[in-house]
Amino acid sequence: MSTPSQTAANSERRTNRTRSLHPLTFIKEIVKHWSFYVMILPGLLFLIIFNYLPMFGVVIAFKDYNPVKGVWHSKWIGFTNFEFFFKSDALWRVTFNTIFYNLLIIVLVTSIAILFSILLQETGSRLSTGIYKSIILLPYFLSWIVMDYIVFALLSEDHGLLNGIRHALGFEPISWYGEPSYWRIIMPLAYILKSAGYTSVIYVAAITGISSDYYEAAEIDGASKLQKARHITIPLLMPVVLILSLLSLGKIFNGGLGDWGAFYNLPRESGVLFPATDVIDTYVFRALKNMGDIGMSSAVGLYQAVVGLVMVLITNYFVKKYDSESALF
Amino acid sequence: MINHRLSFGRVYPKLLVHLMFILYSLMCLIPVLLVLSISFTDESSLMKDGYHLIPKVFSSLGYHFVLNGTNTILNAYKVSIFVTLAGSFCHLLVTSFMAYALSRSELRYRNQISFLVFFTVLFNGGLAPYYILVTRYLHLKDTLAILILAALVSPINVLIMRNFFSAVPASIIESARIDGSGEFRTFFRIVLPLSTPVLATIGLFTSIAYWNDWMTPSLFIENNKLYNLQYLLQSLLTNIEYLTSNETASRSLEKTIGMLPGESARMATCILSIGPIILAYPMLQKYFVKGLTLGAVKS
Repeated sequence: MSTPSQTAANSERRTNRTRSLHPLTFIKEIVKHWSFYVMILPGLLFLIIFNYLPMFGVVIAFKDYNPVKGVWHSKWIGFTNFEFFFKSDALWRVTFNTIFYNLLIIVLVTSIAILFSILLQETGSRLSTGIYKSIILLPYFLSWIVMDYIVFALLSEDHGLLNGIRHALGFEPISWYGEPSYWRIIMPLAYILKSAGYTSVIYVAAITGISSDYYEAAEIDGASKLQKARHITIPLLMPVVLILSLLSLGKIFNGGLGDWGAFYNLPRESGVLFPATDVIDTYVFRALKNMGDIGMSSAVGLYQAVVGLVMVLITNYFVKKYDSESALF
Repeated sequence: MINHRLSFGRVYPKLLVHLMFILYSLMCLIPVLLVLSISFTDESSLMKDGYHLIPKVFSSLGYHFVLNGTNTILNAYKVSIFVTLAGSFCHLLVTSFMAYALSRSELRYRNQISFLVFFTVLFNGGLAPYYILVTRYLHLKDTLAILILAALVSPINVLIMRNFFSAVPASIIESARIDGSGEFRTFFRIVLPLSTPVLATIGLFTSIAYWNDWMTPSLFIENNKLYNLQYLLQSLLTNIEYLTSNETASRSLEKTIGMLPGESARMATCILSIGPIILAYPMLQKYFVKGLTLGAVKS
């Protein structure tokens, strides 16, 4: 039951809304705050051109794109572009790999980062904590191309450091770039190396925000370090951890972890490795760049965007349930 | 006895902690040092002995090869530096303008526009329509402009900055307005100076994104004068000849030393591309930690 004043406020809001759509109000508002709208204009124009126009471009997934005729005048061909991908085993392979790697990497990176962030406080000296932090953060700033050079220096079959060590110990060299199954471990390791340090520094910042009162009270009660970590640090860190990992869970299909360059660069485009390294982004990218197959690339891209949107919505639903403050919308 | 056990119990776990971090730090550092060592190793030694953490036969020929006789890498440096500086500057300007205006509560359409910004996070048209837009309709293939435009606005950064600007007390802005300061003047003279931490953090992250961008050039750049460092590195994998625009020079080099310093030259290019990041590292770190507390702000 709404009180009269609420009803009045509601109707006022309603008229406000209709008024704001009125062209005269619109012009008045723009004139009144013209400087703000001028500030918004460049960014908004950019988003309209580079983000919204391509959204209408998804129609080319249903067209036989002809560069001469352009997007609108190309012929409609229904779902033909989807056929190859959806009938091939590539659909399952890249979908499985995308989900498998992202889940594995989120879980591994998160747990290692929690461990690191707690132990970073336990070195007993500020100086060494600072030094460790600086070093473990470094790989985060290197590009995946540089990481590729690094991985190659370690794993090259003829000259790599690992095979060199194996040789010195009397083992046969391993052909790392010739066997897909190794990459189920190499890829997560590369991601851990690049982002575990970064994530743990984020968590350290969150831990620093925990009030020292809790720890002092626990010390008075004679809690050990392990108990403090288990009963204070981890529970209070959990909201940050959960939100961060839920958010990256939602992004799995939108360029998973926002950073799929590893899957394109580290395997060096070696077809032998595709069963273990091909994810949806690399598939779309390769279809466009190497095969120039715009139809298929846009069809798979649309599949990715739609699944990605669903994932974000589901994730947001769970985030909202857990902590409505942190939900995206 | 009890005393002894106590101190042992205190020191031992700490040692373990240090051991773990030292091991992990080595995991982070050794690969980079390995690349550094390869770049300084004689090519024939690389072929014969493989890669080692300390060069078996020291040689800086790789660097000579990369830096002399050809200006490919210098060109790539110029492109990378220009795109990074100009891109980050434009990114900050466009983003902070938009974020500031959207943070002002007197703006009637701010929620609608914020939603327009936010929606691009949820859904995108995909790579192919973007590719067609840039190449066929905007004609930006093989231009420096696309390298900058590719990361000009990030919706997430707009939202982070908007939250930061919302925290600027309205009374400061209000009093500037009463003193007759225009909105632009207020923004540049009062709001921006108050916001250096957020600008520095977002600026640094954007610079890293521009510096490390390999996808945009590999989609849109064919003219090798416009290669940035990352794309040069990627192209070197398949074709070391990118470094030798002057074929006769490389032939004579090949004659005198028997082979092109391919591996060491590749690794030298790699090291040269990391250089600026290492130089900027103290700054990166400082603002990185500050930025984390900003990132924690709910968007």
